[in-house]
Amino acid sequence: MNISLTLLMALPLLGAAVLAALPKTNAVLAKQIALGSTILVALATISMAIGFERDNINLQYVESYPWIPSFGINYAVGLDGISLVLILMTTLLAPIVVLAGWNESQNGRWSTKTFYILILVLEMMAIGVFAATDVFLFYVFFEAMLVPVYFLIGGYGTGERSAAAVKFLLYSLFGGLLMLASIIGLYVLSGAQGGHTFDTQALSQLQMSSTTQNLLFLGFFIAFAIKAPLWPFHTWLPDAADSATPGTSVLLLGVLDKVGTFGMIRYCLTLFPEATKTFTPIIITLSVISIIYGAFLAIGQKDIKRLIAFTSISHFGFITMGIFAMTSQGHSGATLYMFNHGFSTAALFLVAGWMISRRGSSTISDFGGLQRVTPVMAWAFFFAGMSSLALPGLSSFVSEFLVLVGTFTRYPVAAVVATFGIVLAALYILIPVQRALHGPTTAGNENLSDLTLRERVAIAPVVVIILFLGFYPSPLLKVINPAATHVISQMGFSDPAPTQLGGK
Amino acid sequence: MTFTAPVLNYTILSPMLIVLAGALIGVIIEAFVSKAFRPLVQLILTIGTLLLALVQVFRIRESESVTAAMGSVIFDGPGFLLQAAILIISIISVFLIADNENFTALAAAIPGSPEEHESIQQGNKVTEVFPLTLFAVAGMMLFPVSSDLITLFVALEMLSLPLYLMAGLSRRRRLLSQEAALKYFLLGAFSSAFFLFGAAYLYGYSGDITFSGIRDSVVGGSGNDIFLLIGIAFVSIGLLFKVGAVPFHAWSPDVYQGAPTAVTAFMAAATKVAAFGAMLRIYYTVFANAQWSWTPLLSGIAIITMLFGSFVAIAQRDVKRMLAYSSIAHAGFLLAGVIALNKAGLAASIFYLFAYGVATVGAFAVVTLVRDSAGEVTDLNRWTGLGKRSPWVASVFAFFLLAFAGIPLTSGFIGKFSIFSAAYESGAKGVVIAGVLSSAVAAFFYIRVIVLMFFTDSHEDATTVVIPSVLTRITVIFSFVITVALGVYPSPLIDFINKFATFIR
Repeated sequence: MNISLTLLMALPLLGAAVLAALPKTNAVLAKQIALGSTILVALATISMAIGFERDNINLQYVESYPWIPSFGINYAVGLDGISLVLILMTTLLAPIVVLAGWNESQNGRWSTKTFYILILVLEMMAIGVFAATDVFLFYVFFEAMLVPVYFLIGGYGTGERSAAAVKFLLYSLFGGLLMLASIIGLYVLSGAQGGHTFDTQALSQLQMSSTTQNLLFLGFFIAFAIKAPLWPFHTWLPDAADSATPGTSVLLLGVLDKVGTFGMIRYCLTLFPEATKTFTPIIITLSVISIIYGAFLAIGQKDIKRLIAFTSISHFGFITMGIFAMTSQGHSGATLYMFNHGFSTAALFLVAGWMISRRGSSTISDFGGLQRVTPVMAWAFFFAGMSSLALPGLSSFVSEFLVLVGTFTRYPVAAVVATFGIVLAALYILIPVQRALHGPTTAGNENLSDLTLRERVAIAPVVVIILFLGFYPSPLLKVINPAATHVISQMGFSDPAPTQLGGK
Repeated sequence: MTFTAPVLNYTILSPMLIVLAGALIGVIIEAFVSKAFRPLVQLILTIGTLLLALVQVFRIRESESVTAAMGSVIFDGPGFLLQAAILIISIISVFLIADNENFTALAAAIPGSPEEHESIQQGNKVTEVFPLTLFAVAGMMLFPVSSDLITLFVALEMLSLPLYLMAGLSRRRRLLSQEAALKYFLLGAFSSAFFLFGAAYLYGYSGDITFSGIRDSVVGGSGNDIFLLIGIAFVSIGLLFKVGAVPFHAWSPDVYQGAPTAVTAFMAAATKVAAFGAMLRIYYTVFANAQWSWTPLLSGIAIITMLFGSFVAIAQRDVKRMLAYSSIAHAGFLLAGVIALNKAGLAASIFYLFAYGVATVGAFAVVTLVRDSAGEVTDLNRWTGLGKRSPWVASVFAFFLLAFAGIPLTSGFIGKFSIFSAAYESGAKGVVIAGVLSSAVAAFFYIRVIVLMFFTDSHEDATTVVIPSVLTRITVIFSFVITVALGVYPSPLIDFINKFATFIR
């Protein structure tokens, strides 16, 4: 059976529709249906990935139908290597999140089924945002997906959940509106140059003055930098991650924030190559600041969820740096980093979520000696931490290495400074590991229960993926590399030849 | 002296004549039908009249005429679209107006007097609102198709006078309502005076009161430019007052708050269509060649209006006042369509007017549902926790708010996109950027209401949501369906508007 992208988006919606028809009281059935739908979507994506022709640099699984013809808007979707990898990540994470967060919806304002409807709608929109090849369609998904996340944080989170949800929404909306102004600019330019269109391919051929290009670039870039989040646009993230349920945080940091970095590749680079070159030094600087700043703040955190949020800011610095280094290793590394970061963050957040729900506290110092009390949970957290600090042999090492190598050939200073981020990563991971897992058992921790079978089943695929890609990343790299090289060469860059220092 | 009988093109005038006839029959019904049957008879008559007029407007949509009534009325594509929009919005609002909980039992009784008490106990209903509505609708339909200054003024008064009255008919808090009516009337009279003053100058400039005559003078450029500038300025003030643009907005929060909510809905939606319709016609045809003289000023007003409306709305604690300031902000967005002065701008403005009007009626219809024992509750603090108690009503209201905020997949987004892109195309980038920024500000207060309804736990004096009557339900469902449909698949309407959106001169 041939699976189309539209069908792939229809599946989660179908699941949501079935859930909507259920009575409120049957929470277990709602969870089962949600799990079933997400697994089905994941299987469908895997079969699409198998059918994907790796060496073909053209878009695949292309569909295009007129939507609002008088504005030149099409419902147009298609996949290249980069978007395929991100959709794969999204759909693999979704069932894991559903299974891991089986009881997350209990403390919500609304029923369990609403929680899963929101998750499924979010999954559908995430697929759409990565698959869209029409800028307008991309924007629609980009903005519309804020709504389910907003309700997920505000309705099912903890603590200052509604304030965090509003902060998240306003930041994102503000960025989105700047992007809308840029999109309108592109639309008008395309109208003046041969007919209104939103096709990404056609828009990349537009002629524009460098001032226009710089302004339009900034509209897109700021929206993506808020989403990603890049320093200094990051302040919404720790609050949102702190208040959201662990599963929502995984989707927020793992999937939603990737839209920002994905958008930089897909839109900033391809639509505005000249402006990209102009702003690259600034963006590389911001990325390096993010790496170091995120790491330092992570070290200082007392709260485990905020700590993970700050580590992500550091990691997104690496991704952005890899993207704007303009080398094919940097690009491939950044895309692989996006994929790996999804899983290592999922591991961290999910295990941390189980620890927090058992202990009833998210302060690191409340834990201690978990290694003795709950060995499986402690090992899982340790493993997740190692993945986050990019231990060789785990998947994130490959991507971090590629990003650094790719950056070094063009921006050696940035790469060197960023390397300190790795040292700091060891600190921000090992300190909580030591405090929470080792040492004497803190009072109140004696009777914590270890991971249940469901939780073990949920975390197992994450561990397997991280280990497998750590030793053998080439299946993904083979998909990513052609697309990454294509983007770089389209922009007129070629990889600088490695130089050797003479005299040795 | 010979008297020439006027030649009237009855086909073109028929939609307006139908509405006027319906209004007159309504007055007769007031006199002759017994109290018990009046509400039902009036409702059927009003809806029937409006539907008939709508059908008739559609039947004559292909006809064009500059001389429908001796050069006083012009009918063309935009005229058809605007009249149809006014009629559809009116039909949706009439169901809300018919929900009798909103109106006083006896308008003539002094608030709190024994007469008032008695009439409430007798269960009287002010069925006069139906013919008044029809008169206002007829004025609104005439407003955007007038083609000389006198007809334009007559239409302005024709649509305003019934609204002044209707604003004072509230059932609860009657003094506030009457104050609103008086304020609306006095300020409206002021703005009419400004309008007339400007009209006189335009006559002095061109020696003509017809639009085509004034346009010829503008194109020829033979007259005294000072007269033209004063004329444009004062006529603009009259029109900007009606749409509630800053600094001529002062009436709208008080009137929106004081008037019965059903009347507010009708007024906010339909008056805007009519006033912007007339404005579009005048600026696009009559003053188009004097663009240099009014674009900078109007751009400034648009920017101030957007920003002022958005920022001041943040401070509102009353849902009706908040919607009033939000409508001021939207007037600013619509002015961007006037400034655009291109075909895309005209089509976008008409789409926006229709989409915004429908969503506005829907939002106010929801406001009528939130009550306590003393009537409607408009204090936002008491809307807390509404999402818990009545998830459907709160969700629908949230959806309308998202449409106002311009979130994709609602009609508001398509409207905003098309109007801003038209303005950008014409070079008004400053207006677009101000519009985008004020949209961000506006999003804040729309979302705050959503937070109140869904994420805040309710106080003890919680309000209840009444189960909507069939009539209100019709209003809400129609508005909701249209708002969703125009957000998801607006293509048919956009194409339809594009086909007709060309002014004839």
